[in-house]
Parts: sequence; C-alpha cells; structure tokens
Amino acid sequence: MVDTILPLVLTGAVAKRRGKRLIGPIDAEIGPVGFTIVMGPNGSGKTTLLRLMHGLQRLAEGTVDWQGTQIDVQKRQAYVFQNPIMLRRSVKENLSYPLSLRGVSKSSATKTVNDWAGRIHLDRALEQDAMMLSGGEKQKLALARALIQKPDVLFLDEPCANLDGRATREIEELLLETSRAGTRIVMATHDMGQARRLATDVMFMLQGNLHEFGAAKQFFAQPETPQARAFLNGDIIE
Amino acid sequence: MSPKPGQVDRAGLVHAMSDIFEGLKAAFWLLVALDRDLVEITLRSLQVSLSALVIASAIGLPFGTWLAIRRFRHRRTAIAVMNALMGLPPVVVGLVVYMLFSRTGPFGVFGLLFTPAAMIIAQVIIITPLIASIAHQSMRELWADYHDLLISLNTGHWQRIRTLMWDGRRALLTASLAGFGRAIGEVGAIMIVGGNIDHATRVLTTAIALETGKGDFALALGLGCVLIGLAIVVNLAIHRLSRTERDGRW
Ligand SMILES: Nc1ncnc2c1ncn2[C@@H]1O[C@H](COP(=O)(O)OP(=O)(O)OP(=O)(O)O)[C@@H](O)[C@H]1O
Ligand SMILES: [Mg+2]
Repeated sequence: MVDTILPLVLTGAVAKRRGKRLIGPIDAEIGPVGFTIVMGPNGSGKTTLLRLMHGLQRLAEGTVDWQGTQIDVQKRQAYVFQNPIMLRRSVKENLSYPLSLRGVSKSSATKTVNDWAGRIHLDRALEQDAMMLSGGEKQKLALARALIQKPDVLFLDEPCANLDGRATREIEELLLETSRAGTRIVMATHDMGQARRLATDVMFMLQGNLHEFGAAKQFFAQPETPQARAFLNGDIIE
Repeated sequence: MSPKPGQVDRAGLVHAMSDIFEGLKAAFWLLVALDRDLVEITLRSLQVSLSALVIASAIGLPFGTWLAIRRFRHRRTAIAVMNALMGLPPVVVGLVVYMLFSRTGPFGVFGLLFTPAAMIIAQVIIITPLIASIAHQSMRELWADYHDLLISLNTGHWQRIRTLMWDGRRALLTASLAGFGRAIGEVGAIMIVGGNIDHATRVLTTAIALETGKGDFALALGLGCVLIGLAIVVNLAIHRLSRTERDGRW
C-alpha cells in the first residue's frame, strides 16, 4: 500500500460518445494537496471530466494515471453524483452500505452511521425510506455516504445545488474540515461565492476543453483569458 | 328444435347454467366435507407447482439479474432466446421430457416418468424462462438507477447481483408469482409426463381434464373453483408476507 494515490495525471485525455468528442484532449495534474474547484458553463464538460478522472467515463484517447495498484486506486476514491443516487433502502442502510461492502460488521458500523446521520441532521430519519427524502436531504445523505468511506480523493458534482443557505454553509464547513484532514477534493460548482470560499485551485472548462487551470487566487483576481473573465463577470461567453 | 345460426339456444343456456350451478354446489360440498381425494389432489398440485416454483426461482431470478448487469458478446441473443423460451408450448415440453425420461431415453434409468418428480422437471422448464424474463425486465431498470453508484463503490459482480436482488425483491416476487400462476394452471406437460395416475400423479388440472372428458361437469367445475381459489390464496399470502416484512423494516 502506498501513502497516496496522487498525483493524478491526465495526458491528452479524450472522452467520446458514439464517436463524438465530449471533452478533451486534456492535460492536467492534480497534486497531492489542495481543494480543486471545477467551473464552467452548463454543458462545458465538468461532469464528464470528473467521471473521466474517477473512471466512470471510458477514456477514448490519452491516459489517466493514478499512483499505486488498481485496487488501491479504486478503493480510495469516492464520488457524489450531480443527481444523488439513493439505494431503495432506509437512510441507515444507505449509510452503512459502503461499510458492509468492506466487510465492516453491523455492530461496529452502527456507531459510525449514527454519528454521520447526526452530522447531516438526519438522525431522526434513520429508519425512513431514503427515496422519500427531500432533494436537499438526499444530497446530504449522498455526501455522508461518500465521506463515511474516508476516501483519499473525493469527487463532488455540485453537492450543494439543492441546499438552502444554512445547509450550504454546513456542508462547506464539513468539506473544509475533510480537506484539512487530508482528503483531496475535486468539486464542480456553479456557485461563484462558494468557489471563492473553498478553492485553492480552479479548473475552468469551456466547450469540452480545460480552458484555464491554476491557483484560485490568480484565477479570481486576474484570469488569463477573456472567456474566463467574462464567465466570472456573469457574461455570456461565445 | 335446433336454433338458427346466430341465435342463442335458450334451452341449452338454461342447461349450462344449471350445470354451472351444480358445479358450484358440488365444489361447496367437496370443500365443506374436506373430501379426501380432493385434499390429496390439491396438496399434490401445490407440492408439484411450489417445488417447481422454488427451483425455477432459484435459477431464473439470479439469471435474470445477471443478464441485466452483465455485458457480453451474445447478450442480445441470450435475451432473445430467453424471451422465445417463454412461449414454449407446454405440450411440447411434456413430450420432450417424456422422451428424455422414458425407459429407453437417456435419463430412463432414474425411473422418474409418471412420478411427481417428472412433473416438477417439466414445470421448471416451462416457468424458468418466464421468471427470468420478468426478473430481467425489472432488474434492468433498477440497474440503470444504481449503475453509477455501484460502479463508483467498486462493487464486485456478486455484490451487485445481491444488492439488486435485495432492493428489487418485490419485483422479483411478482416475477415468481407469475411463474406460479403458469405452473399451477398448466395441464399439457404434466398430463404427458405424469400420466394422471390416481393417488400418484393426479393433480387439479389433470383431474379437471379427466372429469370433463367423462362428462362429470359438476365435479370438474368444483375442482376448477378450488384451483382458482388456490391461485388467489397463494398470491395473497405471498403479498401479505412481503408487506409485513416491508412495514417491519421501514
Ligand atoms: N452520456 C452522454 N451522452 C451524450 N452526450 C453527453 C453525455 N454525457 C455528456 N454529454 C454531453 O457532453 C457535454 C458535457 O456534459 P457535462 O454533463 O459534462 O456538462 P457539465 O459541465 O457538467 O454541465 P452542467 O453544468 O449542466 O452540469 C454536453 O454537451 C452533454 O450534452
Ligand atoms: Mg454537470
């Protein structure tokens, strides 16, 4: 077992769908520390990029290289989807599912599960059917289900899209705490304020290309390209 | 006086109505008296069809689920074949099983022909494709929902199958019930391989066929009522079981 599965290196990575290019070619390196925010207009390829890095999207050309053995690489990542996927089970069973996959016994999982349910304020809904939760509650549950795996690398696809202001703040706190504890986070968001609060570096996607990639401070203060500047100003980009 | 074409034969209708009435009356008395033969035939029907159901479910449910999650070269062909097998005529299945298990057939040494075992085998062949096909349909939908999550969680094939089967258990139950309905009402195959032998292989459907042939409509209809009742009771019982289990959990 290695210390970290990072850095993640993409070289000329292209994703296609039925022969049509979705994103790429993309060259990028995700280093071992930091909080990367992926930004860009709708349909610019943020989700596809995250899926490609996580291994959910098939690579058409180029390479996506992690460090370490394949088993390690797969086990030490977690992903929270843009539309949360709930198992048709109770809240409790949704939380304990990743643990049971790893052979954690029910009794030792219970404490962890209760703990996490409390942190997302679903401790009273433990026995409830997860399909019946509100959109925001589902998102929080999906996040907790990812964090419960203690991943080294965490991919988040707009995890706060349906959350109110307070819940968003709570989730941000949680993410910062997770990040400080050593989890490498790569997160797509449309929320400019959130991006400024969380990012150490920014990937700016445009029409399937990684248009800009650099330190957050630099990006927000002085974007290199006119398109990024327009995006930050909320203008429509051509 | 015989009726003209297109005209209802009044007398015939009255006659049929009274036959049906007699049949219901006979069914009632058979039931109330718990007629020994009736009980025996009913229990054998249940024994044969439930055994076939358990075996066919044990094969068909995991297979249907497996087909839903697995991508392989001839997957489409496999699904097409499975769906085609759903329409196998029971009589033909009976004939084939008969030939396989007859004294001169390859499995003749087991001496299973004209025993409930042969009837179970025939029914397994008839309902397994049906159960697998319905299971496959609903598992495919569930898999479409779960696909990304289960891949991301790095699950193995068995873990995926187990998760889908557990979370889709109500749909799987429906698949099994459809299989049971087909088995309990089936007559063509078990008549051939069972032989409708009194106190050995006679079941409700074959008995109905026999009594109808002998012209004893009342008894036939009585048995028919029991058959319908049985199908309803088993359906309700299984649904009730699944409901209680669900309420307990959620
Ligand atoms: N499975 C797919 N089939 C066909 N086209 C796809 C598929 N997935 C993505 N695309 C296309 O790829 C492009 C990028 O999509 P993607 O979902 O990555 O964008 P996004 O930046 O995440 O957008 P949003 O902000 O709306 O979430 C879009 O044009 C989309 O139509
Ligand atoms: Mg997206």
